[in-house]
Amino acid sequence: MQVTMTVNGTQVSEDVEPRLLLVHFLRDTLGLTGTHWGCDTSNCGVCVVQLDGLPVKSCTVLAVMADGHDVRTVEGLADGPELDPVQQGFMHEHGLQCGFCTPGMMLTARHLLDTNPHPTTDEVREAISGQICRCTGYENIVRAVQWAAEHPKDVATEGVSP
Amino acid sequence: MQVPSPFEYERASSVDEAIALLQRHGEGARLIAGGHSLLPLMKLRLASPEVLVDINALTDLQRIRVEADAVRIGAMVRHAELLASAVVGEHFRLLHEAEQVIADPAVRNRGTVGGSLCQADPAEDLSAAFGALRAEVVIRGAGGERVVPVRELVTGPYETVVAPDEILTEVRVPIRPGTGSSYRKVERRAGDWPIASAGAVVRLEGDTIAEVGIGLAAVGAAHSVVRGAEDAIRGRAADEESIELAAVRASEECSPTTDQRGPADYKRALVAELVRRVLRTAIARSRGEEA
Repeated sequence: MQVTMTVNGTQVSEDVEPRLLLVHFLRDTLGLTGTHWGCDTSNCGVCVVQLDGLPVKSCTVLAVMADGHDVRTVEGLADGPELDPVQQGFMHEHGLQCGFCTPGMMLTARHLLDTNPHPTTDEVREAISGQICRCTGYENIVRAVQWAAEHPKDVATEGVSP
Repeated sequence: MQVPSPFEYERASSVDEAIALLQRHGEGARLIAGGHSLLPLMKLRLASPEVLVDINALTDLQRIRVEADAVRIGAMVRHAELLASAVVGEHFRLLHEAEQVIADPAVRNRGTVGGSLCQADPAEDLSAAFGALRAEVVIRGAGGERVVPVRELVTGPYETVVAPDEILTEVRVPIRPGTGSSYRKVERRAGDWPIASAGAVVRLEGDTIAEVGIGLAAVGAAHSVVRGAEDAIRGRAADEESIELAAVRASEECSPTTDQRGPADYKRALVAELVRRVLRTAIARSRGEEA
């Protein structure tokens, strides 16, 4: 079945089997391996991408259900060479250890900050409650999101060297 | 990698088209809305529909409308939308409290109200919440619409009165002024299915319990409610004695099983305590004492 969707701002069109899951479409068909694939049961949240701007678990969405919709993966966070404040926050606050959960965490954080620019610690924790960090590095992840909240785009690009 | 078995995929652009597709494909066809209940079962091959009819384009079922005496919630309303709805929170606090503990934000962005009810998982929270509220569902088929009380919707685990060629389109929740409600769930970890959940809805006349609804999830309560416990305290004073009576009756009336979430006697004790707490809160709210 032919599907056409916008992925990170670019329209893609592919012929897929109806049972193909969005996570595998992104990884295997499009080669966007930044979206990770973990528990396969909608629990761990490493497969989180934004679908029409909302974080969703892409292991529980069929690729055909995303037909005509807008998908954003971690590859679509940076603006060219310029990192998103959320990415800078994760770097600045060491918001990752093994990095496996990081792409999904960052897409959730981006959505949170887009809808609630100054979240409390509890609101950050609630937002990522469906995403498991097996390194249990949550403290730094929460700090990273709050760093990004304090450094919106125009501020974040100044004085931060990777 | 867990992959569903092959199926044909159809997309409906209207309720009538969805019904026509279900009729054309017969019993092997299933509606898919958010997919967050059905797809995991398909990946485990516990469900293998031959045809999936995608109803995500039916945005007219994605509205929450307020009428004089009821709030009408479209079947395609996502969990996150129910949670975000101010009017729902204003009238039915237990729906917000239930939604806060259903899965997690990403799952709530996709899963739908109608899908949860129709999946009829025995541990699903909305049947208990809407059951306590004595909501009704609207079911549409080729022959027209019928209205069924939520308390008569589920006929068994994963089974409802919705026929293979019908679609649940709406949940209607009656607005009763002066009502207080509350919902609580105990889970092993964030986003998990409940060990036990309880919801209560109370309307007082003076200091007497005039109307009461008590819903339970995950503990084998028939139709997700405990009518015996409700009957035991309707017409009684809204005091600790009545609350205790309902708590004990509810724990006896349900039939939890011993499983990975705990032994049956623990779950009965949990039900009693949850019912105590939700009734206390619902009564306080109906008096306007607790926000």
